[in-house]
Amino acid sequence: MIPFALIRIKDNETAIQNGSAKGSKFIAGGTNLIDLMKLDIEKPQKLVDINALDLHQITVLPNGHVRVGALVKNTAFAYHPEIVKRFPVISEAILSGASPQLRNMASTGGNILQRTRCYYFYDTSFACNKREPGSGCSAINGYNRNHAILGASESCIATHPSDLCVALTALDAVVFTQGPKGKRSLLFSEFHRLPGTTPQIENVLQPGELITAIEIPALNFASRSCYLKVRDRASYEFALASAAVALDISNGKINQSRIALGGVGTKPWRSKEAEKQLAGLVIGKEAFRKAADVALADARPHMHNGFKTELAKRTLVRALMTASEIA
Amino acid sequence: MDNDSSGKKAGTSRRDFLAQIGPTGAGLTIAPLLSKSEIQAPAQDIPLPSMVTTHCSINGKAHKLVMESNVTLLDALRERLHMPGTKKGCDHGQCGACTVLMNGYRINSCLCLTGLCEGAEIITIEGLARGEELHPMQEAFLKHDAFQCGYCTPGQICSAVGLISEGHAKTDEAIREQMSGNICRCGAYQNILEAIKEVQQTA
Repeated sequence: MIPFALIRIKDNETAIQNGSAKGSKFIAGGTNLIDLMKLDIEKPQKLVDINALDLHQITVLPNGHVRVGALVKNTAFAYHPEIVKRFPVISEAILSGASPQLRNMASTGGNILQRTRCYYFYDTSFACNKREPGSGCSAINGYNRNHAILGASESCIATHPSDLCVALTALDAVVFTQGPKGKRSLLFSEFHRLPGTTPQIENVLQPGELITAIEIPALNFASRSCYLKVRDRASYEFALASAAVALDISNGKINQSRIALGGVGTKPWRSKEAEKQLAGLVIGKEAFRKAADVALADARPHMHNGFKTELAKRTLVRALMTASEIA
Repeated sequence: MDNDSSGKKAGTSRRDFLAQIGPTGAGLTIAPLLSKSEIQAPAQDIPLPSMVTTHCSINGKAHKLVMESNVTLLDALRERLHMPGTKKGCDHGQCGACTVLMNGYRINSCLCLTGLCEGAEIITIEGLARGEELHPMQEAFLKHDAFQCGYCTPGQICSAVGLISEGHAKTDEAIREQMSGNICRCGAYQNILEAIKEVQQTA
């Protein structure tokens, strides 16, 4: 790690003031940031330790929404009784990622800000537009088995790595922030950016802007939800394809649904088109397969990841079967 | 440091041997590297890491650590506090050899800056035994032969202790899943599972 200053702060305002300076970065759990600093991919001059901020609570609001402080550890988030009962898709998504050690360290805010595990991004001997803007993308014509089939650009085809984010985008979570210009809230689906020509800019946060909380809107049918993740190993591996789904079913028909995909997109991939396709249909493989075809209609595979289109479809179908208790 | 000297057997240990040859043996191999880096190093504008003071408890003993900002907890334990029980494997949070308990939860000490440990209570493999009496998990690992080379064992044991206190793994499958952050190159997984189950049943 290259030398850096480390300061501890106790209130949001001081954090934002220090975090706004060029070369500064907030640090909470640090599981992704320290890893990247060891590899000289992240090179902050100053780390602002935000762990003493009062952002550690999970609160059920009077309207039933659940607010999760940005510093809540992934473990505490996943096992919170309210989350397990009302939003199983979130609990399952978190527990399908990383290892217990990492989940015990990693924060909610950090999970959302974690960076891609594209091997060309990680290897500083390769060109990477995300790591070094303008240097080129080694993945597009390289080995791209793990890469994105949705939302990619000429500049970047790296997948978004988070499982939690797939569940949060399905449930229309809201990101609360505080920055030099004040507080604001952002729809989850608008928080992450597509790579376009600037893959180094991964979200809409401004310098010094601090994530303070995530809010999950009350959604009655989210108790009928699940997360299915398919990967090369049974555990402790990133998704090749994953699906977060929630179903509102009455009399064997689908009223509403929520559908998002992971492991295949350059950002957590919500498919409102597939949700629209499902509305009013009788639950069953036939309807689910139609929705999956719609969800992957825009898939653009590269040399080595063509299998992901069918894999993602089958993953989604199986998740929907599980949520509807057919499988 | 107390833990290092306690239980030491007569004669020269592997660690003593390495320490003895260090100044001469290591010097010979490091010398060419040093001169090369001196030549390559830019003459100016190298910022020095800031020093950070951290108060924490390690194995029940209060510490005031004054270290460079970029020292990880793992390196602090091994290189500064002379507690080499915690192992460095991948140094990137992938193998679990560096697992310690922080405030009762297992973490990867390789991904934790020492400066982030302010106020933390840390337990390492050296802190599990009570004097001469091994921790039940250590006993169970011995009984079930839950290791071969032993390098991953301190991390496996700390992780297993955390698994039981965290209380989320009740079946074989769940234990395996909850231990997936600890890699064993020798493949002692079945025996590790047996050791954990035994402690879980008697706990």
